[in-house]
Amino acid sequence: MDLHKLAKIEPKFVSGHRLCSGCGAGIVVNQAMLAAGLENIVVINATGCLEVTTTIYPQTAWNVPWIHCALENAASTAAGVETAYKALKKKGRLPGQKGDLSLSATPRDDPGGVKFIVFAGDGGTYDIGLQALSGMLERGHNVLYICYNNEAYMNTGYQRSGATPLHAETTTRPWGRDTHGNPTRRKNLTKIVEAHKVPFVAQAATAFHLDFMQKVKLGLATEGPAFIDVLSTCRLGWGHPSNMAYELSRLAVETCYWPIYEIRNGRFRLNYRPKNPKPLEDFLRYQKRFEHLLLPENKDDLEELKREVSQEWEELIKREDCDRVCLRASKTNHHA
Amino acid sequence: MTMKRVALTGNEAMALAMRQAKPDVFIGYPITPASDILSAIAKYVANGEMEAEFMTPESEHSVASALFGASSAGARSFTCTASQGLALMHEVLHIISGARLPIVISSSSRSLSSPINVHGDHADFMDMRDASFIQIFSENSQDSYDNFLQGVKIAESVRLPAIISSDGFITSHNLEPVEVLKDDEAYDFVGEFKPAYSILDIQNPITINPLSLPDSFMEIKKSQSDAMAFAKKEIIKTAKEYQKLSGREYGFFRPYKLKDAEIAIVVMGSTAETAQSVIDELRKKDVKAGILALRVFRPFPYLKIAEALKNCKAICIMDRSDGFSGHGGPLFVETSAALYDLKNKPKIISRIYGLGGREINEEMIKSVFEDIKKLSENKKVERYGYVGLKI
Repeated sequence: MDLHKLAKIEPKFVSGHRLCSGCGAGIVVNQAMLAAGLENIVVINATGCLEVTTTIYPQTAWNVPWIHCALENAASTAAGVETAYKALKKKGRLPGQKGDLSLSATPRDDPGGVKFIVFAGDGGTYDIGLQALSGMLERGHNVLYICYNNEAYMNTGYQRSGATPLHAETTTRPWGRDTHGNPTRRKNLTKIVEAHKVPFVAQAATAFHLDFMQKVKLGLATEGPAFIDVLSTCRLGWGHPSNMAYELSRLAVETCYWPIYEIRNGRFRLNYRPKNPKPLEDFLRYQKRFEHLLLPENKDDLEELKREVSQEWEELIKREDCDRVCLRASKTNHHA
Repeated sequence: MTMKRVALTGNEAMALAMRQAKPDVFIGYPITPASDILSAIAKYVANGEMEAEFMTPESEHSVASALFGASSAGARSFTCTASQGLALMHEVLHIISGARLPIVISSSSRSLSSPINVHGDHADFMDMRDASFIQIFSENSQDSYDNFLQGVKIAESVRLPAIISSDGFITSHNLEPVEVLKDDEAYDFVGEFKPAYSILDIQNPITINPLSLPDSFMEIKKSQSDAMAFAKKEIIKTAKEYQKLSGREYGFFRPYKLKDAEIAIVVMGSTAETAQSVIDELRKKDVKAGILALRVFRPFPYLKIAEALKNCKAICIMDRSDGFSGHGGPLFVETSAALYDLKNKPKIISRIYGLGGREINEEMIKSVFEDIKKLSENKKVERYGYVGLKI
C-alpha cells in the first residue's frame, strides 16, 4: 500500500457529516474507503448512526453511490444490487454502456468492475440482520460486509445487543441491585460466519489500521462473500473521553479483549499476538459502561468477564498452534 | 396481430406475462398458492427462455430488500408472493414505493393467519393498501395475464411499484382458455425499462434513501402522492393502448348492466363472474340489478365510482376481507367515501364473504340482492354482515 498515492485519491467519504467527535464508525469508514483506493465502490448501509449522520437530506458525505434500505436487510439489499450488476453487465446495459437506457448516465466505454461494501452496526448484523447476512453468505454474493461493532444499539440510545459483553451497562440492562449490567456473554459472530465456509472472514480494530486496511483490500479482492467484524468505539455508549477512540481500540487488542485474526480459505491466522497481554482493567477503566466492574464489591463480576475473555483468547491461541503443527505435518508427509 | 388461445391457470398466465416482459432480475420465495409462478420462472431460466438473474433468498423480507437493491441498480425486477409472504415484506414495500422503484409483484391473493389457512381471500392485499403500490385485481386468468403486462407499463411510467392479483386457488389454479400475445408483441407493448437513476452509476454517484428530516419529508411524500393520482391517467392510457393490441377492454372497473341499475353490488376479483348469472336471472324478473367489478383498487377511482353508482337506490359493497374497522370491510369504507359527495346518495350495506376460501355461490349472491332490494324499499336490513356463515 503506497500511502503517498492513497493520500492523493479523491476521498470517497468526506467531512461535514454529523458523527460525534471521537466516534469509531467514522474512523472505520475512512480507513476502509482509503483501502478501497481506486476501486469502483458502491456502499450499502444499514440503518444506524452512520446512516443517519452522513446523509441528512439534501446533503451527503458520500462521494460514491450509496444506498440504504432498512436496519435488518443491508445484506439482502447488497445481494440485490450485486445480482442486478451481474444481469446488466451480461446484457451490456450498465450505466454508461451502449445498451444503457437510464436517463442520467454519462457514456463511458469501459465501466470496469464494481465492488460492493456493506457497512452495518452490530445491531443490524448480530441481531436483526443475522438471517439476511446468513442468506447472503450462503448464496455466495460478491460482497464485502463490514460490521462496525460498537457492542450495543448506540443510535437508539445504548441498548444491549447480541454483541454486548458480559456485565457491560446499557440502558436496557442497567447496573442495579439485582442485576449487574448485561447478564449474557457476547455472541461469537465471526465463528458463525466462518461456519458458512466463506473465503474470507476476519476480526479487526482501527488502531491496527494497516492490518484492517489490508483486510479490506483482501476482502475486496475475494471472489465471493467476505466479512470483517471491526471493533468500533462509541464515545457516548461506552462513556469514554472523546480523545480515546484510538487508544481504546489499541487496548482492546492488547488486553486480548478483541483479538484480531483472519481465516482465509480456511487458513486461520492471529494477526497480533501480544507476548505479555495487558490486564483487562487497562481497557475497562476509561469506560463508563464498565465502571461498576472496578469497584471492590463487584470483584466476582470482573473475574467472570476476565475468564470469558481469556477463554476465548486461549481457544484462538490453541487453534493457531494446532494449525501450525498440522500444516508442518502435512508438509512433511508431502515430502516423504 | 394474431392471438393464440391456450389453456393456462392464473399462475401460468402470470408467469408467461412475466417472461414476455423480460425482467433483468427475478427474486422469489415459495408460498402457497403463488409457488407455481416461482417454479415456472425457474424452469424458464433453466431452459434459457428467460434471460434474467434468478435469485432465491431465505425469506420474503430479503426478497423485497433484494428487489429494492436490484431496481435501484436499474434492473427490471419482479417477484411473486401472497399472504404471509406479502405481510413479511410489508416494511420494505413502503421503502420501495418511497424510493419510487417500479417493481412489479404477481400475487395469488390469500388469507392472513391466524388461524392459518392457505386459501384465497383479499386480506393480504388490504393489509398493504397504504403501501403506495398500484393494485390491480383480476377476475380470471385472462385478466391476470393482461393486467400484468399493463401493470409493468403503468408502474414504470409513473415510477411506483405495482401488485397484480389472481384470486388464490380460484383463479391461480383454475385452467382456463387465455388469449396470449406473441412474445415480441407483448415486449414491444411493455417497452424497455428506462430507469430514472442507477446505484451502479459510478461516475454520477447518488445517495439513495437518505435521512429526511421534517424540513424535507413532506415534499417527498407529496410528490409520491401526486404520482399515485397521476397513475389514474396512465392506467386509462395504457388500457386503451392494450385494447388496440388485444381487442380487450379494460378500465378502472368493469360495469355489468350498471347503466340503468337500481340495485347493485361492488365486488373485486373472481366473484364478479359468479354474480353475473345472478344478474341475468334478476333481469329476467325485471329487477334492475347490476355489478361494479372493481379492477383498480389503488389508485382508488373515487369520482368514476360515484359517477357509475349515482343512479342506484341501494348498493351492497362485498368485501373478501374484513378489515376489522368494526363497521364494514375496507372496500365498503372506501366506496362509502366515494359516494359522500353525491346529491342523492344510494343506501349502502357491507357484506363480508369468501374468507379463507369459503365458497361464494349464486345462492349466496342472490341472498345479498334480496337484502339490497329490501334496503331499496326502505325496509330494515343488517348494515354490516357476513355471507355464507354456517352459524
